[in-house]
Amino acid sequence: MKKRNLQQIAMIALGLLVSISLTSCSQNGNSDSTNQKVKTLIGAGSSFDNPLFSKMFYEYNKNTGLQINYQSVGSGAGISQLTHKTVDFGATDAPMNDAQEKEAKGNVLHIPITAGAVVLSYNLPTVKKTLNMTPEVIAEIFLGKITNWNDAKIEAINPGVNLPNQKIVVVHRSDGSGTTSIFTTYLSKVNAEWRDKVGAGTSVNWPVGLGGKGNEGVAGIEKQTPGAIGYIELAYAIQNNRPYVTVQNKSGNYIKPSIESVTAAANIVIPEDAKISLTDTEAADGYPISSFSWVIIYQEQSYGKNTEAKAKELVTLINWMIHEGQQYSAALDYAPLSEAAVKRAVEILKKATFNGKAIL
Amino acid sequence: MANEQKIGKTLRMIKGERMFKRSIRLSGILMVTLVLGIFITLFWGAFPSIQSLGFDFFKGKTWDPVQNVFGAYPFLVGTLLTSLVALMISIPFSVAIAIFLGEYFPNGWLSNFLRGTIELIAAVPSVIFGFWGFFVLVPIIRTFQVEMGIMPNGVGIFSAALVLAIMIIPYAASLGTSIIKMVPSDLKEGAYALGATRWEVLRNVILPYSKSGLFAGILLSLGRAVGETMAVTMVIGNANLLPESIFSPGNTMASVIANEFTEADHPLYLAALIEMGLFLFLVTFVINFIGKRIIKKTTNH
Repeated sequence: MKKRNLQQIAMIALGLLVSISLTSCSQNGNSDSTNQKVKTLIGAGSSFDNPLFSKMFYEYNKNTGLQINYQSVGSGAGISQLTHKTVDFGATDAPMNDAQEKEAKGNVLHIPITAGAVVLSYNLPTVKKTLNMTPEVIAEIFLGKITNWNDAKIEAINPGVNLPNQKIVVVHRSDGSGTTSIFTTYLSKVNAEWRDKVGAGTSVNWPVGLGGKGNEGVAGIEKQTPGAIGYIELAYAIQNNRPYVTVQNKSGNYIKPSIESVTAAANIVIPEDAKISLTDTEAADGYPISSFSWVIIYQEQSYGKNTEAKAKELVTLINWMIHEGQQYSAALDYAPLSEAAVKRAVEILKKATFNGKAIL
Repeated sequence: MANEQKIGKTLRMIKGERMFKRSIRLSGILMVTLVLGIFITLFWGAFPSIQSLGFDFFKGKTWDPVQNVFGAYPFLVGTLLTSLVALMISIPFSVAIAIFLGEYFPNGWLSNFLRGTIELIAAVPSVIFGFWGFFVLVPIIRTFQVEMGIMPNGVGIFSAALVLAIMIIPYAASLGTSIIKMVPSDLKEGAYALGATRWEVLRNVILPYSKSGLFAGILLSLGRAVGETMAVTMVIGNANLLPESIFSPGNTMASVIANEFTEADHPLYLAALIEMGLFLFLVTFVINFIGKRIIKKTTNH
């Protein structure tokens, strides 16, 4: 009898396995191909965008019934998923590089969707005043040339602050990330030595320091270690009450990172493809370590099993995100798009076509 | 009539049994193909890196994704250092536990309780060890480092090795316990009859008899230490530099793969990470293979 039971269980398990694999196959087969009303869109990419997108897509779903499934897998993975056409749109904190564009079959549009900033957070219990830093000081700390907090270069720009005689512990991200890309792009722009020795990217060869995984990893090490300085996202720093430095921008003003100063950083002449890093911005009141985050889609939407109805839904969604969607930014500590950015974003979105026909 | 029914039933049962046999054989073959498939995929994915970097991949000391220079030497050293230090820390504990549970107190509530606790350590997800290490162990180590006058990083090779040591103790200990229990009692009783003390029996009978088994357990725990990712990455400091001392931050192969895989945006970068995965796969495979061989040899006696 017992043997019989075992057999039955084995049979049932086998049957289940087969039926699961069959259904998953058939699901792949019939989605997209029919011209029914589009119910879902799939996106993937930047984890920085995820909280904002969750809110936006929730609201959009309430208004229109369209379900948007966003996978927060990281900018690089988002780009590669769009390249392989497994998602309808990607989201990234760094514009696609040449190698990635070459791999993508067809032109990819970068639509600015929000802006964020990277702040330098530090752990100096005895220092109560907000520290000032110049691009040169930041670069030299991360190059390992300034190693002590009471270095003359730091003291010169922080009059009246009693800086301790303490070793600086540099903390950086250990995982590849858009945040690192923004920060290293900034350093490469403001410091020639950094540009030649280290460069910019989602992961770089750090001359000094400890690595922490994610914002929480960096903040964790930095919170525990007296004398530490690390870079984290502005939103994370605000939500966790971390102290952060004001940074001198290109115009010579010391700017406190805030939602307003990040939006201000984007109030500049934006190039036609919007693939501009806002780092070291020309704007006089802009925070210099700011960056756009982009939604990326193929310019020509007629590919694979994509339908015109679906392409239209996608473009309408993105259009909503750059207009009405922006109202949800500030509450979640994201910087709303500047006027110049919205204008440029609409122009780019209008380039999207289906079989050569404009969609918007 | 009744006979025919019986025959039919028997036939059906035979048929069912055949089906069952076939399905388990299928799943066995599936597993082997899966492992082979993983190996082939890794090799295929790593090929661009193997081709363009060659042996420099293992010799190079610079890991610079921006310049596409990939030298895994610092991670090789990091992996070896953390695993070996962890092994050295864990051996006294795991051998002691094995002797205690295998020989001194093989039964009873205390023994059951201890065994349960040790098995629980093996069941705890590694990220929890990482958390604990990061919030408890690292500050303690930092305090020591301040006392000793070295850079008070807290995180580093030593912290990672300590967390790893705790994580791998159960593997060597539980295997060691069963090996020690398998020492034939006539051997032990013979020694006692000759007037040997308990220590002498342990020293001259049990340990020599079970040493290769104990060694195999330790080897298997080494395999685990080499491949551990999450707990290590949280406490090792993730610096892609050659560690200068046991307290400096470093990185291991598994940790680098986990950290950098999602954002590896250049084909060669990705291939280099996969090559590291392939190497890790081979190393753990070899360690496990040797361990299993030794166990087989000792248990055949």
